[in-house]
Amino acid sequence: MTILGQLALWLALLLGAWGTVVGILGGRRGDPALIASARRTTYVLAGVISVAAISLVTALLKSDFNVAYVASYTSRNLPIAYKLSAFYGGQAGSLLFWALVLSLFAAAAQWLTPRRYSYLMPYVAAVTSFVILFFVMVTVFAANPFERLPFTPVDGRGLNPQLQNPGMVIHPPMLYLGYISITIPFAFAVAALLSKRLDMGWLHAIRKWTLISWLFLSVGITLGMWWAYVELGWGGYWAWDPVENASFLPWLTMTAFLHSVMIQEKRGMLKRWNMTLISLSFLLSIFGTFITRSGVISSVHSFTQSSVGYFFLAFLGLSIVGVVVLIWTRASLLKTEAHLDSALSREASFFFNNLLLVGMAFSVLWGTLFPIISEVVRGTQVTVGPPFFNQVNIPIGLGLLALTGIGPLIAWRRASPRNLRRQFAAPLVLAALVALALIALGLRDFYAGMAFTIGAFVVGAIVQEFIRGTGARHRLHGENPALAFVRLVGRNRRRYGGYIVHIGIVIYFVAFAGQAFKTEIEASLKPGESVDLRSPYGHTYTFTHLGVSQYEALNRFVSAASLEITRDGKPFGRPLTSEKRQHVDSFGRPTFEPSTEAAIRYTLREDIYVVYAGSVEGTEEAVYRITINPLVTWVWIGCMVLVFGGAVTLWPGGTVGARGLRRPTESGYQARLPAEMPIEREGAEVLS
Amino acid sequence: MRAPTKVLIAGILVLGTVGYLMATGIKETGVYFVTPSELAAKVSADPSFHDVGVKMGARVVNGSIERNVATQTITFQVTDGEQTYPVVYRGLAPDTFTDDVEVVVEGRLQPDGTFRATTLLAKCGSRYEAVPGA
Repeated sequence: MTILGQLALWLALLLGAWGTVVGILGGRRGDPALIASARRTTYVLAGVISVAAISLVTALLKSDFNVAYVASYTSRNLPIAYKLSAFYGGQAGSLLFWALVLSLFAAAAQWLTPRRYSYLMPYVAAVTSFVILFFVMVTVFAANPFERLPFTPVDGRGLNPQLQNPGMVIHPPMLYLGYISITIPFAFAVAALLSKRLDMGWLHAIRKWTLISWLFLSVGITLGMWWAYVELGWGGYWAWDPVENASFLPWLTMTAFLHSVMIQEKRGMLKRWNMTLISLSFLLSIFGTFITRSGVISSVHSFTQSSVGYFFLAFLGLSIVGVVVLIWTRASLLKTEAHLDSALSREASFFFNNLLLVGMAFSVLWGTLFPIISEVVRGTQVTVGPPFFNQVNIPIGLGLLALTGIGPLIAWRRASPRNLRRQFAAPLVLAALVALALIALGLRDFYAGMAFTIGAFVVGAIVQEFIRGTGARHRLHGENPALAFVRLVGRNRRRYGGYIVHIGIVIYFVAFAGQAFKTEIEASLKPGESVDLRSPYGHTYTFTHLGVSQYEALNRFVSAASLEITRDGKPFGRPLTSEKRQHVDSFGRPTFEPSTEAAIRYTLREDIYVVYAGSVEGTEEAVYRITINPLVTWVWIGCMVLVFGGAVTLWPGGTVGARGLRRPTESGYQARLPAEMPIEREGAEVLS
Repeated sequence: MRAPTKVLIAGILVLGTVGYLMATGIKETGVYFVTPSELAAKVSADPSFHDVGVKMGARVVNGSIERNVATQTITFQVTDGEQTYPVVYRGLAPDTFTDDVEVVVEGRLQPDGTFRATTLLAKCGSRYEAVPGA
């Protein structure tokens, strides 16, 4: 079977090269035969790489330990789900996974894009084929998953215990889907540049792709947080680790892009900037993969060092040069069609949103690379950690949060004093009330207080938008409020879905603010002994050590230590059990270092997080680290709200235009502002 | 003043603030990352370097780990092959902390020549990748 996979990869190399050449030639000459060939090549590539993927999966499932990759990442006693997840659990497999997903996305893009954008498609095929070619090249020449061993081990090494977790089964592919899907909008951008057709077409063609990849990135990052929280055992979910940062960077630039394309759609402004942002997002997604694979910067998430890094560096360099040259030579076609009318306008607020997002991305990139930069510049490595990132990013984040509320309230082109009063009064009053309440309740943490206050302002602004829109429909169409609400959202899905996403973001901020009140204790307890910990809400938790038990499970030896919990003297749920695990292969030989399984009690207000750190010299005296983690659950809830908002926006079907014609891209909220537009905005848009 | 000019000025102020936050952030929280020999060189060049918090990346000397569970203290030695320092760390060690592993300790060098660590990270090169031949 692996022979088949190997052959498929070689074939994919040829096809990737063919698709790139034919796509570009087809686009330039407009030759239908070449264009058709580029399109077909994209489909065949997806098929061929699927064959390679299937043959690797078969080897994993059949435990063919003669294949080095299978022996390195699985063992006979590994549950099937983890055997499957080993596909992307290691370097070589994950690169193949990347090529697979990209080839499927590329095929989907060719298949699903409406005909009116067909002038872009050969170039899109060229770009996707080229990126696929690169990834296949790396798998073939630097990290081949089909490489065989000179002998066949009786059992494999097994999967790293930290990867044996449901979160780990889904978080990397989710993140990969995010990373990889950025390639599609990027391919359209490059196609627009190559074809010199730089009107709105390409932006409309990628609208859904952009949002989908942004959603995958968001979910992937959040699942990664969840995995870190559950599996790494340090009691938090975000440590500004280089690999976490690497996933955050394209998210930031994609967020900026999602917003600034609206300015281009409405006003024909920021064209070069949008090209730059989508290219940056693509480059950062490649950079993120490079960071996790090259070992340039050490991280808990990274793979070991290998020559793969050089391939990535070369590809990054090539892409940067290509993008810069393309944008440079097309600069005259990317001229702005309008200028800013006022500093108090939605355009200006989006501009600041972009500035902050990109500023944040720059600071995160700078902090991540600072060890390298300082080594080069000063000869000594200087590292920065979470204090740096928090110090810089919390104020920027709060500024962004405020803009989340301001943007939707402020009029396009120019906001009048009347517009400002009408729109801002209620949300500001709400925010002030929340701030006073927090002070009265004794909240003294400045940043957390700001997060809650600004969050209240944003929620107030969004609720006001929903109420005003519903009210307007109710008055004008005589619909009852429920129907008016449903129609309001249904007919302006992009806008109101976006608001729901904003609510999700507010929830994230509230959850992050909760981390300011985290409390922690370390204790060494004999059975029956207990320790007290006061939660930020004023509860006193008492933890009593029940004892340590040892047993053998499926593929591991486990020692488990349990704590009984009371809150303010009353029993608080069942005891929490944290485990130390020693994974073994099917002969009982230990694989990997022992790992710790944290025990977590999730509640909406605070999580109780217990880590069993070990026993004292074979006795039942156990060392624990106990953390009370306020509001963590809201991170996961925020993510769900965000996905819901995204789903509302993406729901298929266009907006019904004024004459009942379905004009999916040019009507409703998506409509472009006429050159002479009434400057005051009095809910007119919501009535379309 | 024209709108673009106003926005430009505001933008420059925003970027200036970001730059300022970054510069002070690095100044206040940046930590030297050294090997034991580099630390020794720095201390001999400038004795006041004792008081500067550093991160030191080195390898744990085989058999040097002593754990005192009662005080939750771990003492061990780290080396880069040239210079060796004894390290005292109070707290929980990560699972991967064993003999001969690469560690990063953060803390201060004491006048008596021991390194008092406040954080201890064990790097496991094989984290996600099997060690060849293991």
